[in-house]
Amino acid sequence: MMRMLWSLMFVLFAGQALAIEVQSWQTQGGTRVMYVHVPQLPMVNLQVMFDAGSARDGELPGQANLLNELLLEGAGKWNADELARELESRGIEVSTHTGRDMASITLRSLSDKNILTPALDMLAAMVSAPGLDPAAIERVKARTLAELRLASQSAEEVADREMMQALYGDHPYAHDPLGTETSLGQIDAAALRAFHQHYYTQANAVVALVGDVDRTQAEILVAHVLDGLPVGQKAAPLAQPKPGKARVLHKDFPASQTHLYLGMLGISREDPDYFPLVVGNHILGGSGLTSIMGEEVRNKRGLSYGISSYFSPLRVAGPWMLTAQTKNSQARKTLELMTSLLRDFIDEGPTRKQLQAAKKHLAGGFPLKLSSNKKILSQISTMAFYDLPPDWLDTWPAHVEQVTRAQIHRSFRRRMPMKHLIQVTVGGGK
Amino acid sequence: MELYHIWGFELLMRTFCSLLLCLFSLTALAGGDKVEEFMLDNGMKVIVKPDHRAPVVVSQVWYKVGSSYELPGTTGVSHVLEHMMFKGTRHVAPDEFSRIIAALGGSENAFTGIDYTAYFETLSKQHLERALELEADRMQNLLLDEKEFQREVAVVREERRLRTDDDPNGLLWEQFNAVAWRVSPYRNPVIGWMHDLEVMTVADLQKWYDQWYSPDNAVLVVVGDVVPVKVQALAKKHFGPIPARKHEPWRQRPEPEQKGPVRMRLEVPAEQPMLLLGYKTPAMADLKDPSEAYALMVLNSILGDGDSSRLTSAVVRQQELAVSASSSYDAFSRLSGLLEIQAIPGKDSSLDDLESGILAQVRRLQNEPVSKQELQSVINRTLASKVFARDSMFYQAMLIGMRETNRYDWRSLDAELKHIREVTAQQVQAVARKYLVEKHLTVARLEPVKDTKPAAQEKKS
Repeated sequence: MMRMLWSLMFVLFAGQALAIEVQSWQTQGGTRVMYVHVPQLPMVNLQVMFDAGSARDGELPGQANLLNELLLEGAGKWNADELARELESRGIEVSTHTGRDMASITLRSLSDKNILTPALDMLAAMVSAPGLDPAAIERVKARTLAELRLASQSAEEVADREMMQALYGDHPYAHDPLGTETSLGQIDAAALRAFHQHYYTQANAVVALVGDVDRTQAEILVAHVLDGLPVGQKAAPLAQPKPGKARVLHKDFPASQTHLYLGMLGISREDPDYFPLVVGNHILGGSGLTSIMGEEVRNKRGLSYGISSYFSPLRVAGPWMLTAQTKNSQARKTLELMTSLLRDFIDEGPTRKQLQAAKKHLAGGFPLKLSSNKKILSQISTMAFYDLPPDWLDTWPAHVEQVTRAQIHRSFRRRMPMKHLIQVTVGGGK
Repeated sequence: MELYHIWGFELLMRTFCSLLLCLFSLTALAGGDKVEEFMLDNGMKVIVKPDHRAPVVVSQVWYKVGSSYELPGTTGVSHVLEHMMFKGTRHVAPDEFSRIIAALGGSENAFTGIDYTAYFETLSKQHLERALELEADRMQNLLLDEKEFQREVAVVREERRLRTDDDPNGLLWEQFNAVAWRVSPYRNPVIGWMHDLEVMTVADLQKWYDQWYSPDNAVLVVVGDVVPVKVQALAKKHFGPIPARKHEPWRQRPEPEQKGPVRMRLEVPAEQPMLLLGYKTPAMADLKDPSEAYALMVLNSILGDGDSSRLTSAVVRQQELAVSASSSYDAFSRLSGLLEIQAIPGKDSSLDDLESGILAQVRRLQNEPVSKQELQSVINRTLASKVFARDSMFYQAMLIGMRETNRYDWRSLDAELKHIREVTAQQVQAVARKYLVEKHLTVARLEPVKDTKPAAQEKKS
């Protein structure tokens, strides 16, 4: 049934032979699978991912998310009530998520055959035969509109949305995956069926599986879940976003704080500067209160509760953001501090001591990344979806170890120049 | 996008953390390696649960103190003290604690709830001793510096603005608790009232630290790739020499009986209305007959936990009165609490209709017995959630710590499934009639005041 095109890898924990073995294969329909056998607990975590995130919305923002959420609202022979009952009465958990790149459905079930078999029957129906009943469509739209209203009463969400718009302009990453009231009004069952047919295919899917099933069972059950999907084809490559000019945006908001966002285009998963930029950001604002930003903005001055910077690596350049929030009267001072710390870091790079501390933290913390089935699933899902090599985890500590100060300095200067910096502030109390 | 407020229990972290996302089902845990318990001579309890799936260890030190121990005028002091526990001791410089753990590849943080304050480290197993040494140090040697305090309490005021003052739903929850309770300390928010945070002093913190931070008021929970007797030896070495302290007993402030429904309306700039209902319910430790608390757990699960619950199937899907509706009940709280129902109406449904729809489901629980299938579903879900809970070392430690600091025993986790199995439809109906009564109901509504917001303005830079 499967093509035996699988590779094997062993992850080593700091000198200890260990513990997890990532296996990878490709199904006949072209679905990439990553799998780790963990027999210690009688349970299975499984995630099916499609290259069908909001970047594929086209003219109808929100349709990728709407379709993905509708998978839970009736499928195959089960209506929404029956599906919920059949799943929950067996303790089976299913959830969906739609991001810019990915639409996913995640299942957690006991590995007992009497539970796992119906779980997978239902999962197979959900991915390949969603009911898309008109009442269910209207219900999920109403819920999405409520989510949009909740987002619009949060200065943080408003700032995030403004930042993504400013960074991405016409690029499909720009819009909120939830869509808008207007666009949701234009989406009907026919549009959703067409979207499903085009993007929910075997060639456009990847699967990650962790738990108490052996390799033979794993192949059979993955094949079963994908069985009803057409072979189809991979989604077309996304355009590369283009960095724009520096901009300063402000939105008044009735709140006691102002949310401060600084942003630039960041990195893709396969970016050649991935490690220098990620390690550099760890030092700058990615390591909580021990980062430069945490130390200077919060520890030394007490200006903000949350203060951090992060890359969100995507298929093509994802965003980089530096965010904080402070009472309105301190907004300007805090923003100036954040900007000048960022400028200094880009100009000068990290110190030897800072880099050493970051490496110790990242390398020493590696075993923590794989300490549960859920965490292992999260790691191999990313690897499978972004076509990372099966030895990605294996080589990760060495990649971190090899990063030099000069590389960080060079990559920040070249990739993150202040001339591209977008500033968004939301607040001011008005 | 988060549609549901984190609720059931209120918990503040020192820094932003995604930990809460995995804490929804507070039922669980059974099987696995045997839990071992030791008592040090100074009265500190040590609980160890081996889990050898990865070479990792989680260490949590739990103190029996939280916002429900606080007095009017100094609300929030437990949480501010939690922040200050990272600001230096006689041996460790301010913020050095975090840097040491980071250099070991570990992560650390702390959280404060209504009934407890906990500090944790997650590390490669060979570094456990360093974490215990540092925790033992700050249990006895904390330095409360005036300047550090002023900066940190300013951070906490920002945290309050972020979570409560500027968040309409956060504000609704705070107000809801404040009107539901007249006397019980559960009326105060964990983060404290703003004025209390403005006038708080180092002396308030010192007093609080001296009063509650000692080994006889703490529980150490260790879960991970460890050998229990070795953990016992390490605990003895580092915590053993710390003397026990005589504690002023916590003074009870029992809630007088509620004599009729309480209603409130929050009118703030917002876009989305919201509805909260709460019925006064007992904590298991206060019950002569603990089976009532298990019956309430089953009732809650059938009423409002999950997509197949009655609130979702009837109120959301069938009647379309809400876009989401759910309920929560914590049988293992320290003091009597609330069975809470939270619902978000769709654009076209009124809060009146939504409330009626929810109350109809409450009456259904009182008027007809729940079905066999519903009871079996709760049992199966409890069983599965106990297996799933074992996947996270952190969560396993957290469940043990919560029980131990709230007048319960970690063994109650193992006994839970058995008690859930014993609950009958008649018991569920009986507790519905006894506790979900209008006289003991609190209703809070968020009714948005429209505020016109201009589009983002581009500034000349």
